[in-house]
Amino acid sequence: MVISGRRAARTLREALPLLPFGVAVVVFLIIPTVTVLIGAVYVDGAFTLDRIAALFTGTALSALANSLLLSAISALVGAAAGAVLAWLIVSAASTSTLRRAVLALCSVLAQFGGVALAFAFLATVGLNGVLTLWVQQLTGWNLAGSGWLYSLGGLTLVYTYFQIPLMVIVFLPALEGLRSQWREAAVSLGASTWAYWRDVAVPLLTPAFLGSVLLLFANAFAAYATAAALVSQGSPIVPLLIRTALTSDVVLGQAGFAYALALEMIVVVAVVMAAYRLVVRRSDRWLS
Amino acid sequence: MTVGARWTRRVLWVGFGLFFLFPLYAMADFSTRSRDGRTVQAWANLVHDEALYDAIAASVLLAVLTVAGMLTLLVPTMIWVRLRARWARRLVEFFCLLPLTIPALVIVVGLRNVYLWVTYLLGESALTLAFVYVVVVLPFAYRALDASLSAVDLRTLTEAARSLGAGWFTATLQVVVPNIWPGMVSAAFISTAVVLGEYTIASLSGYQTLPVQIVLLGKSDGPTSVAASLATLVFGFVLLSALSLLTRRRRSTASVAR
Amino acid sequence: MSRGEAGGHALDIDELTRVYGDSRALDGLTLHIRPGELVALLGPSGCGKTTALRIVAGLDEATSGTVSVAGVDLHRTPANRRDMGMVFQAYSLFPHLTVLDNVAFGLKMRGRGKRERRDRAAQMLELVGLAAYADRYATELSGGQQQRVALARALAIEPRVLLLDEPLSALDAKVRIQLRDEIRRVQSEVGTTTLLVTHDQEEALAVADRVAVMSRGRLEQVAAPAQLYANPATPFVADFVGLNNKVPAHVSGGRATLLGVGVPTLPGSVAHGVGTARVRPESLTVTGDPAGSATVASVAFLGAISRVAITLADGLTLTAQMPSSAARRLAPGDRVTVGVQPDGVLVVRD
Repeated sequence: MVISGRRAARTLREALPLLPFGVAVVVFLIIPTVTVLIGAVYVDGAFTLDRIAALFTGTALSALANSLLLSAISALVGAAAGAVLAWLIVSAASTSTLRRAVLALCSVLAQFGGVALAFAFLATVGLNGVLTLWVQQLTGWNLAGSGWLYSLGGLTLVYTYFQIPLMVIVFLPALEGLRSQWREAAVSLGASTWAYWRDVAVPLLTPAFLGSVLLLFANAFAAYATAAALVSQGSPIVPLLIRTALTSDVVLGQAGFAYALALEMIVVVAVVMAAYRLVVRRSDRWLS
Repeated sequence: MTVGARWTRRVLWVGFGLFFLFPLYAMADFSTRSRDGRTVQAWANLVHDEALYDAIAASVLLAVLTVAGMLTLLVPTMIWVRLRARWARRLVEFFCLLPLTIPALVIVVGLRNVYLWVTYLLGESALTLAFVYVVVVLPFAYRALDASLSAVDLRTLTEAARSLGAGWFTATLQVVVPNIWPGMVSAAFISTAVVLGEYTIASLSGYQTLPVQIVLLGKSDGPTSVAASLATLVFGFVLLSALSLLTRRRRSTASVAR
Repeated sequence: MSRGEAGGHALDIDELTRVYGDSRALDGLTLHIRPGELVALLGPSGCGKTTALRIVAGLDEATSGTVSVAGVDLHRTPANRRDMGMVFQAYSLFPHLTVLDNVAFGLKMRGRGKRERRDRAAQMLELVGLAAYADRYATELSGGQQQRVALARALAIEPRVLLLDEPLSALDAKVRIQLRDEIRRVQSEVGTTTLLVTHDQEEALAVADRVAVMSRGRLEQVAAPAQLYANPATPFVADFVGLNNKVPAHVSGGRATLLGVGVPTLPGSVAHGVGTARVRPESLTVTGDPAGSATVASVAFLGAISRVAITLADGLTLTAQMPSSAARRLAPGDRVTVGVQPDGVLVVRD
């Protein structure tokens, strides 16, 4: 392809005002990512797979397994419960104040909660949590005794607290995209409520639902703040293992391990998000 | 709607309501508990505790800086890309949505070198986080601004302004901005909420922002950290509710004006 | 055009009323549709025609009144058991199914076997001329094609009644004309009793056996298209259907005097005194006359016919319609005499 000098000059002139944006993105997003990618395979200037190999050792593997499990369960539970809640909201759309309040709350919990959510659960089912004390008074059973809140099970529960609202935000547009004409057409053609859901609504919503599950999975896998606030010692999941690698003053050079773990994280999230985009494309065509 | 369906709905609403609102109530209760009744000591600490207060101030300032930086960076870029550099539109969109796929954790791991430079040039204040925060809020801000820009006939507006003698800068400031106000407010509010809750990058880079301080405090003073957490959640809720009220009213006046 | 009578059932709507809070969307609508007939429900937006259709379909509930098909009251029959085919204004095809599966959907709901469904669906697609598109998806079809598929889908179940809710409103003008002829042809061939809702009077007049004009929840008049046009029963019908001139007239003894001519009055007119007559543009006669009291204001050439605007001595403007060959002799500024053909006119007091 021959690019004339004039054309090139014009393109350059048009691209110039985009420079500040480009610089910001490159310096604060691309360079750190590239640093991680390179740091995972280059030690002291030499290419090596040692750091990546370390990903397959005991601690790293169990952290990965835990992360995958945590993400999968919280994604599935969050998606199922969130879909139900989204359906509730859509069918009660009349009172716009209630609906707006619920959506604002979902936004806050899903995306900006982080640390606050950890403390919400500490205040509820922690050692001195409100619910713990109530149950203790009523039945003498110590809800928080085993410290389960800081284990994988506890984390899963806390994660659903932000996964369900995220599901509502992501899935609601799909539910709203279900045109009333489809329901009415199905009914006029003889469909019962059950048949409508089975033959029209569910097939139409399935891609969006699957996409949402994937999104929730990626979200949980990459989440850090809530787990970090809840679990002060130890590294049962990958994000916390990264924390240990970065802040540990026991073993120097752990930073290299952090690069490898971060690379692992990019790979998992990128694969899931790529699958998400593929699945969502079809849903967008049908429901928007 | 059958009677059965109506009751199922009610039960479900109550169930969800309990699940989501009970922890919030628990936070309020936990943070105001005292030996024989209620106390607002934990809440007063938001102002009295020096470290906490400084952290709040730092976070608020960070939010302001991030919003300013985001708007200055993104608004002209997005306008330019729609008017003059159409070919770059997909590219800009890709980079704005990229932070959704690159976890903050990954960014902070690779950020060390970059921030060595930043602290060398600009010092050690937590406010330098604003640079990376602008990038972190890009996806949210982009979506809000994109929606607003799409609703306006940008080309006609700017050409009209230019034909009446306005330069590029004036045209943008006085003609385009007032028309994409809802998008800008939306982007600003959402970015603020993100910054106030951002913990990953701040804590692993060693800065004392509000969420970092809350976690530190959690080890020694439970009630205060719970109070601060609840305050963050409530503030975020107020912000986003105000936003949805604002945008709804704007939309209705716009349709009337048409 | 053959009329299939085997598929026809009578549709009876009696005193149908629908109240929403303070407003009456429908106010005692009574309409009897004969088997195999196509009746158009015509009226402006908000007149209640769509409400009536939805109640007949079972998608909405009447406050009072009954809907019966072949003499059976449908009050207790849920919408999905009424055996009615419905075509919506737009977007009603299921996007995740092929055209063939869309058309076969109703049969699937009735538990028909796969082969039977496929054969019947193919047959219906053949009927609307879209057999070649059986394996496409709804999003790949144009608006007109989608509506034809919707029609095939509604007819595949051999409905007792066919309901059409403004099926042409979302389409381009040219497609609209093609499709309305298509609907008429298919309906005649199959012979299903049909209720068509529309706000386009040309469409109603072109397609229907009878037209029911509605306004504000009430029926204004039901008649065959020619009847409706020539003998409007109320001012609303006279104004809504076709163009109209409003000419002051004086009535006495069953005759009206306007523009110096005496003509009979139509039922519904005032019996006595002064009123306004509704006169169709093609009923006005315009003759060149140097001594005439009226002047030609403008001549608009519309192809086969032309519309001539005329100003009378007292300032009143009238629009006359005539073949262009006649209008060629007229030019703005000419003096003319205006008269009325001696068909009946509707005179109302206002």
